[in-house]
Amino acid sequence: MKNATKIISCYSADTAGVCSALYELGGMVVVHDASGCNSTYSTHDEPRWYDKRSKIYISALTEMDAIMGNDKKLISDIVSAAADQNPAFIAVCGSPMPMMTGVDFGAVAQEIERRTGIFTFAVDINGTHNYLKGASDALLTIVEKYTQKTDRIKNGVNILGATPLDIPLNGNLNSIKNCLKDSGFEVIASMTMDCTLGDIKRSAAAEVNLVVSYSGIAAAEFMLREYNIPYVCGVPVGGEFSKILADSLKNVKEKAYPCSERQTAENGIYIIGEGISAGSLASAITLETGEKTRVVCPLDHNKDMLAQGDSDIYAEEDIEKLLVQNKPKAVIADPLYKFIVPKDIKFIDLPHFAFSGRCYERFMPNLADDTFIYTVRRKL
Amino acid sequence: MLRAVEFERPRSVKIGCAQKGAFFIGGLEYNPPARGGWNIVHTGMLIPEAHQIFACAQGCLRGVILTAAEMNAHDRMSWISVSENDMFDGSLESDVVDGVCDILERLDKKPRAILLYLSCIHLFAGCDFGAIIDELRGRYPDVDFTDCYMTPTMRTTVTPDVKMRTQLYSLLRKMPLDKKSVSILGNDMYPDTESELFEILKNGGFVIRDIHFCKTYDEYLDMAKSGYNITTRPTAKAGGEILSDRLGAEHIYIPAAFDFDEIENNYKLLCERLGAEKPDLSKYRKKAETMLKKAQNIIGDTPIAIDFLAVARQFQLARLLLEYGFNVKYIIADTLNFEEEREFDFLAKNYPDIEIYSSVNVNMLGIADEPHKKVLSIGQKGAFYFASDFFVNLVSGNGLYGYKGIEQLAEMMSEAFENPKDRKAVLKLKGHTCESCLV
Repeated sequence: MKNATKIISCYSADTAGVCSALYELGGMVVVHDASGCNSTYSTHDEPRWYDKRSKIYISALTEMDAIMGNDKKLISDIVSAAADQNPAFIAVCGSPMPMMTGVDFGAVAQEIERRTGIFTFAVDINGTHNYLKGASDALLTIVEKYTQKTDRIKNGVNILGATPLDIPLNGNLNSIKNCLKDSGFEVIASMTMDCTLGDIKRSAAAEVNLVVSYSGIAAAEFMLREYNIPYVCGVPVGGEFSKILADSLKNVKEKAYPCSERQTAENGIYIIGEGISAGSLASAITLETGEKTRVVCPLDHNKDMLAQGDSDIYAEEDIEKLLVQNKPKAVIADPLYKFIVPKDIKFIDLPHFAFSGRCYERFMPNLADDTFIYTVRRKL
Repeated sequence: MLRAVEFERPRSVKIGCAQKGAFFIGGLEYNPPARGGWNIVHTGMLIPEAHQIFACAQGCLRGVILTAAEMNAHDRMSWISVSENDMFDGSLESDVVDGVCDILERLDKKPRAILLYLSCIHLFAGCDFGAIIDELRGRYPDVDFTDCYMTPTMRTTVTPDVKMRTQLYSLLRKMPLDKKSVSILGNDMYPDTESELFEILKNGGFVIRDIHFCKTYDEYLDMAKSGYNITTRPTAKAGGEILSDRLGAEHIYIPAAFDFDEIENNYKLLCERLGAEKPDLSKYRKKAETMLKKAQNIIGDTPIAIDFLAVARQFQLARLLLEYGFNVKYIIADTLNFEEEREFDFLAKNYPDIEIYSSVNVNMLGIADEPHKKVLSIGQKGAFYFASDFFVNLVSGNGLYGYKGIEQLAEMMSEAFENPKDRKAVLKLKGHTCESCLV
C-alpha cells in the first residue's frame, strides 16, 4: 500500500513549509490547529527556533470550536495578537481539522486585514501535503505582493527556494552566495534565508534568478512573467557543476534546468531527495567522477526538473522494490532511508533536514564545497 | 529586570489578582523550545515488544515519527498517511485496517502488541475505531491490539496525556489477583526505588510492579496480577481507576505532594488500604527539612521560578519553599490544578506579588531576550523564559516522591544553583531520560 510505511520517516508537511519560508520576514504566521501541534514544526522542522525569534503561532483549536464553527475566536485572537506585536503581514493556514469543517481561510484573512489594516493572506494548505507546496505557495504570495518593477542591477541575482529544510544552517547558503559572487554576480535577495522584506522589495532588480529547490519555481515563474527575469534551477555542488550553473545563469534567456541535463543509469548511483538538489548532486558526481547516476524524487517536482530515466516514486515499498530490482552501485540518501536499502548496496549518508529533522543535523555536509564529492569518491 | 509592557493579552498576572481555573484568556500560542516533556510516543514505548502505528495526516505524523527516530526507536514505529480523499470516500476504516495489515506483513518480526493511534480527524469523521480493532484482532489473533489517540483538540475534556495513561494499561487482561502485590501506574520516569513508598511496600512483603521494570511483554501482562494499583500523578488517576475497575483490583491514589502533612496522610492511607504497618517516617521528614534549610543557606534570596512541566503541584511546592525562606517569585502555569486550590489561596493571600506567567501566551515570545537577573528555575520552561543556566532539570517530577523526593529536590536545587548547565543542549532533548540520538 502506498500510504502505509513500515519504518522510514515522512517529509515535513506543508504547514512547516509555510512557516519556514516566512520565518525571517517579520510577519505573523498562524496555523489553525490544536494546541501543541506547533511543537512538531518548532522542534523538528525549524533549526532557527531557539536562537532567532519569529511570530509563528498556533491557534489552539479545540474540538468544540471546530464543531461550532467558531471562526470568530480565530479572527479575534489574531487581531489581538497583531495589536500586541505589530507584524509586517499576517499569514493564516489550515490543518486537517479545518479541512474537515471547511473553514474559509480567504474570508478569515479578509476580515483580519479589514480589522487590523495589515496585509493578510491565506495559504491554501491543510497538513496533508509536503513542505514544498507550503513553502512554494507562501513565497509566491510574498513575491506577488512585495516585488515591484525597478531598474535592473547588472549581474544581480536572487536565490529562490532557500529554506533550512533544504539548505542546512552549516554555511551552505554562504557558500552558494560566495559561489555566485566568485562568478561575478551580486546577490540581491536570498529568498527566504538571511532575507528581509526589503530585500524582496528590491528583488525585481535582478537579471536572473537561481532556483535552489522546487519551492522557488512558482515565484520564479511569476518573476519571469511579470518582470521578464529568467531563471536557472540548480544548487552549486562541486567545482565543475558550479561552473556550468554560473554559465547558465549568464546565458539563460527564459529558463534552464542544468540539474536535469545529465544521463541516467538504472544501476548507477541513486540519489534520493528533493529534485533540484538531488539532480545537482547527480550532475556533479557524473562530472567529477564519471559515475552514472539516477535521481529518485519522492517529492513535488515538475517534468523539467528530472532527467529522462529519473524516478518519481514516493512510497516506501516502491522505493524498496526499485532498489532490490535494479541493484544500484550505491545509494546516497538521508540516513533514515538506510533501513529499506539492501545490505549489499553501499549507502552514503546525506542527511536532509526535511526528512530526518535534527537527528543527523550535525553531520549535514555543505554541498557547495568539494568535500562531499570527495566523500562519495572515497566510499565508492 | 523584566520590562513593564502593557499587552492587550497580558503574559503574566500577579497571583493576588489571578482568577482560579484558567489564568489567561486563551488565544494564539507560542511554543518555547524546552523539549523535555514526554509525549504519547514516549509513553507508548514503555510497553516492551509493542509496536506503534499512527494513522493521520502528514503534518501530524512528522512529530511522532521523529520522536521515535530521536529516541532510536524508529524500528518500533510505522505509519499510515491520510489524504483529503481518504476522509471523504468512505474508506476511512478499511484504509486503516488494510494499512495495518500491510505493515504487519512487511515487518521482520510480528510484535506482541500494536498500539494503533488515530487522530482528531478520524474521531471527527465518526470513524468506527471499535470495528477496526475487532477486525484486526480477528485477522491476527496472535497479536494484541489496542486503540490509542492523538487528539490534541480534546485538551479541554479528556487530555491526550490522561487518555494515553489509560490506554497504556488497556492491554492487561484479567488474571487471578495477588493481594500481596502492587502495581505503580502512570509515571513517565523511572520511580525512585529508595523512597519511603518502596520501603513500606518492601517491608510489607509486597511484590512491586511498574511498567519501567518490565523487560518483556509477559512481565507487562503480569501487572494485571496486582491486587492494588497505586497512582501518584493527577494525569494517571483516571487510568488507575478504570484499570482497577476492569480487573477488580483496588485503586489507591496518593499524589506526589510537597506538603509534609499530606505526605504523612498519604502513607497512612496507603498502609490502611494495604493492611500494612505504617513505619515511623520522622527520620525521613527530618532529613528533608534539613536539606531544605541547607539549600536555602546556599541559594539565599535568589529569585526562583517553578514551571508546570517540572512538577504537577507547582503552587504547593512554592508554598513549601517560601515557608523555608526561599524567594519564589515566578510560577509558569496556565491553569490551576484544583488539587492545590488551598495552596493557591494561601499564596494569593500571603504572597500576592508572585507573578504567574503563561507558558504559551504569544507575548512570551521575546521574554528570553530581555535582561534578567539570576533566576534559579525549577523546570525547563522557566530556564528558557528567564534565560537561566541555573536550573533543575526536572520533568514531571523525575520520579521523585515523598519525603525522600523533597530531600532530593533540595539537593538538586543547590547543585543547580552552583553549577550552570548548557541550557540549549539540555533543553533540546525530547522526553527527559529517554535515549536520544542527539547526544
